[in-house]
This record gives sequence, structure tokens and C-alpha cells, in this order.
Amino acid sequence: MDYIIDVKELRKEFTSHSSRSGLKGAFRDLFTRNYTIKTAVDDISLQIKKGEMVGYIGENGAGKSTTIKMLTGILTPTSGHVRVNGMNPHKDREQFVRSIGVVFGQRSQLWWDIAVQESFRLLKKVYNVPDEFYNTHMADVIETLAIEPLLDKPVRKLSLGQRMRCELAAALIHNPPLLFLDEPTIGLDVLVKLKIREFLKEINAKYGTTILLTTHDLSDIEALCERVIMLDEGKIIYDGALRQLRENWGEGKQIQFSFAEEATHAELQSLTHDHLVVWDQGSNASNWTASVENNEDIISAVIGQVVGAKKIADLKIVEITTEEIIRNIYEEGAVRNG
Amino acid sequence: MAKYMEMIRIRFLMMLAYRTNYYSGILIYSINIGAYYFLWSAIYGDKSSIQDLSIVQMTTYIAVSWMARAFYFNNIDREIALEIKEGKVAIEMIRPYNYLGMKMMQGLGEGIFRILFFSVPGMVIVYFIFPIQFTTHPATWGYFLISILLSFIINTQINLLTGIATFFLFNNDGLIRAKRVVIDLFSGLILPISFFPVWAQSVMDYLPFKGISYIPSMIFTEGFKGNEILHGLMNQTLWALVLFIPIQLLWTTAKRQLIVQGG
Repeated sequence: MDYIIDVKELRKEFTSHSSRSGLKGAFRDLFTRNYTIKTAVDDISLQIKKGEMVGYIGENGAGKSTTIKMLTGILTPTSGHVRVNGMNPHKDREQFVRSIGVVFGQRSQLWWDIAVQESFRLLKKVYNVPDEFYNTHMADVIETLAIEPLLDKPVRKLSLGQRMRCELAAALIHNPPLLFLDEPTIGLDVLVKLKIREFLKEINAKYGTTILLTTHDLSDIEALCERVIMLDEGKIIYDGALRQLRENWGEGKQIQFSFAEEATHAELQSLTHDHLVVWDQGSNASNWTASVENNEDIISAVIGQVVGAKKIADLKIVEITTEEIIRNIYEEGAVRNG
Repeated sequence: MAKYMEMIRIRFLMMLAYRTNYYSGILIYSINIGAYYFLWSAIYGDKSSIQDLSIVQMTTYIAVSWMARAFYFNNIDREIALEIKEGKVAIEMIRPYNYLGMKMMQGLGEGIFRILFFSVPGMVIVYFIFPIQFTTHPATWGYFLISILLSFIINTQINLLTGIATFFLFNNDGLIRAKRVVIDLFSGLILPISFFPVWAQSVMDYLPFKGISYIPSMIFTEGFKGNEILHGLMNQTLWALVLFIPIQLLWTTAKRQLIVQGG
């Protein structure tokens, strides 16, 4: 099987020095320093097939960006085997980077002082894109992202949302088969987010572009990715379908009660003692959430028992969101099976 | 090659984006030349020549060295340092080009812009104010052109070295500033090398700095004659070649231990 990204036991360690405290410590630091080794990425293995859209998620400092930087050839791995697009990213750098597109949400790759179209023109030359292909392909990209009116403006005059759309277009000038997106929707409003998601889906359908996406916004992942890879402290703790994650973890429902008066945990517990219910207090003593199994009989019974005994101001039944699932997983530190 | 030409063009556009810089540049260069002219005419007093240079030759030397400086001078060391500090170098590493080559082309774009839009108009202004003699020998102009091209290469190589040093020092503002003073002084911009004490001159024979300003200016003022010109050009070429070695070594090491700062 040919994988577009094939990584085995990839590892990256950083050496950093810690400063001693005080003036005396600072003087001692001049001569000897305390070094500590921090493992940012800890023996991860993953395979991604052509045309997949994969969400790569994890908390801040989990090692997501470090992985992306190793996959794009910016950082050299401490150890491990990396093949992306059939090449070693670090060894064949100049040839390799022609086959990928990268967008870093937090850094611009356009030239700050000049018009967007000049940056495009330079990138076109840099990637040796033939005129004919450029004209048809870019016309399409420009239209879909609606950046036509921005082309003659210098980058420094664009808003974040405008700039991000231009960044995406810039990353796609050479129509790479593999696209890395590092937090592409950070700080963007809902409309721009939707536009970018639509665009990514379109690119994926049209050219079979493989997309690896890191984000803190799980709605991006829900909208785009079938597969998620979850990282915690440099290790992969989940790699599989997003749907399955929901099935395994989101099996329950939550009933949110707002009572007319305050309630106590013991009181609610005793009301519903014949079912398995987990009560959690909300923002104050009259707001409570009951987590129950996803079973109509149990839901009705619990609601009946509670409503029979206490006055209700508001009631809502919600499914557990992906965000909560992920939070639960991080709290437990591992993914339970089955 | 097309991408490197395009980079020169982009640099042109960037220079044009800031007009005030452009106008004030001409002014600053003219003031500098004026200040050195008055200083030297006071030093010369009634003497017709010092160290075989007449006052007219001296003025021409000053004017030419400042105008040549507009061509070879660039801030790419500062830019590299900034890109490393801000982590922008990561973006450069995902581009299919040679980073250092691209930086050199940016410097060249800046240099060509300055020589066309600073030096030529500046030289015209200066020509009408101060007693300057332009040579009429086409051969001298030819040697001079080759010579300033080489001085651009040497100066840019030194800038690249200083810039790459940021990878190891993390913050090298001090080094950049020191380098600038050393180049202005030891390249013969402020004082022609022949005015230094003999022992200092022999030390400078072993340093690359005099290839930056002294040699092209001496060629232009015809302070160098015959074989001296060829020796000068050979000295420059040699340094341009030799300096490639430490750049390659440093760059290879830097890439291996590249840590992108700021995440």
C-alpha cells in the first residue's frame, strides 16, 4: 500500500537550559548551565492515504506543530523514519517542498509590503508554474475564495480573514497533492470559516488533495475530517474515525434542568436512585445536568421522577458534543476501547 | 533563474513602497559627502597632495566611495536575524529555493535600485557643488564596474555570515553593529587605506574589508595604475571565493540544529 505520509517511530527531543534564580545563579549560568532534555514528539507512527482529510488535534504543547515541522522538512527528527510523498523531507528539501503546500495560521507567507498579486506572481515563478495552468487554476481559486478585489492591495492592509484566504490561495498556486494546515481558522469569524471549509472540501474532491489539519476548533474537524489523530504529551492516544469516537464516547445524553428553587446533589440522587444517573451542578445550585444512557425509557423515567418532585423553570436534552468527548479523553489520559 | 530575477523585481517594488526613505536617502548621502569634503579640505590646507592623492582626487574618492556604498550596502544581515528571531525562517524553508541565494538576490535588487535612484541623481547634485573629476577612460569605468560588483559580493557574504550567526547566538544586534563599524573603517570608506600606519596596512592585506570600498574607489580615482588594478581585482575575486567556505559550513550546521523560535 502506498501511503502519502508514512511515519515510523518519529521522535524529536529539544535541549533547553534552565536558568538558576537570583544574581548569584545568573553568574553561575555564565560558566555552567543546567540542561534538560524535553521530548516533544515521542515515537509516533502514522500512515495517511492519498485523498484523506485528517484532523490532528491536541492541547497546546502536545507536539502538533513539531510534527508538522518535521513532516514539512523544517525540523530534523531526532530519530525515526519519515517518508512524505515518497521522499525524505529533510534530505531532498528543494524537490520535496514543490510537492506540498503549507499554511501556518500564525505566520504570513506573503510579502508584507507589496500587493497580493505580486506575491502570487513571485510564487508562480518560484514553483515554475506554467502560464496556462496558472491562469485556469488560479482563476478558479480566486473566484471560490472571493479574493479578486484584494489582489492589488498590500498585505499589511488586509484584515485577518482576507489575509487568510489569500494565504490559502498562495499555498495552492502549484496545486500540491498534499496540504498542511496549521490552525488555518484561528481568529476567524464564522462566515470566513465556512468559506474556507467549503473551499477545502472542493479542492479535496476536485484534485484528491490530501489534507492534514491541526486546529483547536473542533467544528472544523467535524465539518471536514473523517479521521482524527489525537496527540497528548507527544504520544498518539487516538487514531481512527471521528464517528467511532462519538459512538464510543458520546453514547449518553444529557438532560439540563433549571429548577425554580435550589436543589442538592443528595436530594436529586435519591429521586433517581433506580437508574444510573450522574448529576453535575451547573452555574449555580438551581442548575443541574443529568448524564444518562441514550435510552428513551430511562430518559422519560428520569424526567418524570424529577418533574414530579421539583418545580422546573427550563429543561433541555442535549447530545454530548465532540468537544466534551475530547475533554473527557484528555482527563482520563487514554482512549478506552470498545 | 527566473525566480531569482523575479525576486530582484519584488525588491524594487518594496523599495518603491516607501518613498520617504528614498528621498531622505539621497539627502543623507549628499550631506555625508559634503561633511567629508569640508573635513578633508581643512586637513589638506595649502598642501597640494597627501600620500600621492590630490585634493580633487580625494574629493572624488569620497564621493565615489559613498556612491558605491549605496550599491554594496544592504541590511540582509538584520533581515536574516529578524527572520530567525520571529521564526519566519520556517516559511523560507518550505520554499523550493536556496535561502541564502534568494537573500543575496534581494540585496542585489536593493543595490540596483539604490545605484539607479540614489547614486546617479546624487552624483549629479554632488558634481555641481564640489570639485570632482570623472575619468574619461572607458577602461577605468569597466574595471570600476567589475570591482563594485565584487565588492557587493564580498560585503553581502560578510552580511550572510553575520546573519547566520543568529542561529547560534539567538540575539546578535551587537555583532551586527560592530560589523558595520568595522566595515566602514577598515574598508577605506572613512579613511583611504594608504593613510593608515604601515603595520596596520599590512594587517589589512590579510582581511577582506579593503575589497569592499578601497579597491573600487582607488580604481575609479585612478589612484591605482597598471598592475595595481589587476592585483586589486584579483584580491577581491579571491576573497569572494574564499568566503563561500565558511558560509557553507555555518549554514549546513545551522540547518541541522534549526530550532524555530516562537513555536
